[in-house]
Amino acid sequence: MLEDLFKIVKTRLNDDDVKVDNKVDIEIPEGLLFKCPRCSYVLFVEEFDKYNRVCPECNYHSRLTAKERLDITIDKGSFIEYDKNMTSKNPIDFPGYDKKIASLMKDTGLNDAIITGECTIRGYRTVIAIMDSRFMMASMGSVVGEKITRAFEQATEKGLPVVIFAASGGARMQEGIVSLMQMAKTSGAVAKHSEAGLLYIPVLTDPTTGGVTASFASLGDIILAEPKVLIGFAGRRVIEGTIREKLPDDFQTAEFMLENGFIDSIIERKKMRRALASLLKLHLAPNERVVKR
Amino acid sequence: MNELTAWERLEIIRHKNRPTVRDYIPLIFDVFVEMHGDRYYGDDNAIMGGIATLSGMPVTVLAQVKGRNFNENRKANFAMPHPEGYRKALRLAKQAEKFKRPVICFIDTPGAFCGIEAEERGQGEAIAKNLFEFMQLRTPIISAVLGEGGSGGALALGVCDELAMLENALYSVISPRGFASILWKDASREKEASQIMRITAEDLLKLEVAEKIIPESVGGAHTNPQFVAENITEYLLDATQRIGTKDIDLMLSNRYNKFRKIGEYQE
Repeated sequence: MLEDLFKIVKTRLNDDDVKVDNKVDIEIPEGLLFKCPRCSYVLFVEEFDKYNRVCPECNYHSRLTAKERLDITIDKGSFIEYDKNMTSKNPIDFPGYDKKIASLMKDTGLNDAIITGECTIRGYRTVIAIMDSRFMMASMGSVVGEKITRAFEQATEKGLPVVIFAASGGARMQEGIVSLMQMAKTSGAVAKHSEAGLLYIPVLTDPTTGGVTASFASLGDIILAEPKVLIGFAGRRVIEGTIREKLPDDFQTAEFMLENGFIDSIIERKKMRRALASLLKLHLAPNERVVKR
Repeated sequence: MNELTAWERLEIIRHKNRPTVRDYIPLIFDVFVEMHGDRYYGDDNAIMGGIATLSGMPVTVLAQVKGRNFNENRKANFAMPHPEGYRKALRLAKQAEKFKRPVICFIDTPGAFCGIEAEERGQGEAIAKNLFEFMQLRTPIISAVLGEGGSGGALALGVCDELAMLENALYSVISPRGFASILWKDASREKEASQIMRITAEDLLKLEVAEKIIPESVGGAHTNPQFVAENITEYLLDATQRIGTKDIDLMLSNRYNKFRKIGEYQE
């Protein structure tokens, strides 16, 4: 029965004609080899980096750091960062949270799981936010919520579009109810931006789940995603626990979301910059549009 | 009652005779007419909605439904809504806006349902859309947590002008069990989790997530539902009057700021 449910998605995924050769079932030493979580293909990290961290076998688009994403997306030198120095407090005094934040700040060079700012993409001005899964799986706490809210408020004030590269494990549990409220707060900021007639494009990347899927990431005018990435609301293990069955591999992929009508288009990483630029161009304000007669 | 711990309150709200929204509705409203369906897919029994009168004033009621026995619970999917439940709630909220009546939401859910069909029909999108639309709904919204307010599934009825908590009700980002299981990889530390998560009505008042605590009878609402219903009624009359007489744009800007100000960071 489950097979039937996912038949269409499966067919689509199988189009990529995965080779069996490099599928291995071994422990991979960290930092040297990359094993694709979708097709188990293995290759040197160095080689993988050359493909912009896209699996050459199955086209799975793996995670990028916020800095890497920024570099391949925006016009060089155009980035003006917002709220760079904002850092987290510990709203429910969760034991060990401050220490964890401090150590992640050191490891990643980030202050929290998101960078926000203003930039141009092929000359088109936009507000941009990029989440970084290395920082507590880019979960949304006070800092992520506040920075996204401010990014939308800035965009609303300046009449700019917003592009968000979403990635998140969901609400940041360590901040308790305060993290849940960030869902309402960010959605409210999206609503005000939308009411002002401005464009918002979320790009869903690996993984976009939980409270982020259930708030700003699902509220775009146009929703894009990278191929094969994980997108969903509930965690896979939670659902398996509920239904007591193993879920198929292609459950909650970008392709699954497209099939079910929740995203507009799946765009490959190498085409993303161009795609965003065309969409920004199509949504220029009436007085900025160039109409040929 | 104030000195009860979160764990003791959790035991009270799990009491088998804990009154549900079905018990309260006839005690609070003069009439209640239930409405069904999201107009897209189906009708979800985990969320009920309808039009009621509160001391003669028409209001729209949206509520998560806990069952009072196994059969009721099975029918209502143990108060875990599917996307169509949230979409029904949104449809009725928009209807309330059109006919200029306040919306009253009763929250009582472990969370949105986690299952294959819920994912296929866009659980995330359904919740997100409610947050977005409720934030701009041009009519007063008052939410009250009756028992359990679980995560995004609760928040989808929780974007409001004022949030009230029954004295023993809890509201959290995840159940204490889930919290222990995710952060400590040990679900059995549920009790410990409940104590540090700051999920009681008083905690939420301090965190400025809730605005009002509605007193329960001694021992918990099951000992005297009538008394609790009177307290809820009194609060709703006061809140609808207070919020409903405000200028709508001011009300919306207050609603935005209620959530806007939540968050702890430094820069």
